[in-house]
Amino acid sequence: MTTIDYIGLVIIALGIMFDLLGCIGMVRLPDVYNRLQAGTKCVTLGVCLILIGTVVMADATPTRLKAILCMVFILITSPTAAHALARAARHSGIELWDKSVVDQFEKEGE
Amino acid sequence: MRSLADSSGLSKESLNESAELMPGTAFAVFTSILLVCCALCLFRIARGPTAPDRTVGIDILGTVVVGFCALLTLSTGKDYIMNVALVWALISFIGTLALAKHLEGQHDND
Repeated sequence: MTTIDYIGLVIIALGIMFDLLGCIGMVRLPDVYNRLQAGTKCVTLGVCLILIGTVVMADATPTRLKAILCMVFILITSPTAAHALARAARHSGIELWDKSVVDQFEKEGE
Repeated sequence: MRSLADSSGLSKESLNESAELMPGTAFAVFTSILLVCCALCLFRIARGPTAPDRTVGIDILGTVVVGFCALLTLSTGKDYIMNVALVWALISFIGTLALAKHLEGQHDND
């Protein structure tokens, strides 16, 4: 193992820590919107860090290219899916947590 | 007895072979933390009070599995597992969008 492999291991460990914290937030938070926020942002960043670590540690160029492609794809699709999901939840009448302070969708939705 | 010793020797040998880019200890630690993440997602899918909660769990589980595939690529040195990660990200995105559309349409009908 060379120095660059250790750098890759540190990046991957950081990404896995983000994954774990995001999943804990998804279990602990009170509301579907809060859960969506914790899960989507933390887990997207965590998986992107794992893929960056793959780019650093991999020994073949096709693997690196596929990891970069996968990262770009996740960065595009994950916020889109979260937005569609939150919109669908609001449209299907899921109430916000009773301590939420702002609900802009209520004003412009009518 | 002898077959047991043979099999254990074989597994140890194959473990040494497979730890090509990433040391086996690091792979074991990372994999167990990601398995905890998957268990938390499954808890949310099983326990979520509403249907969007379960959909959030499915979405996050799909994203975590992509990181899992990247770790497997590094651990085994096989290139094709990265293709699995790419296709998994794509299918997970389409599945989440379909579930969101389904949830949204449920309210419009009634």
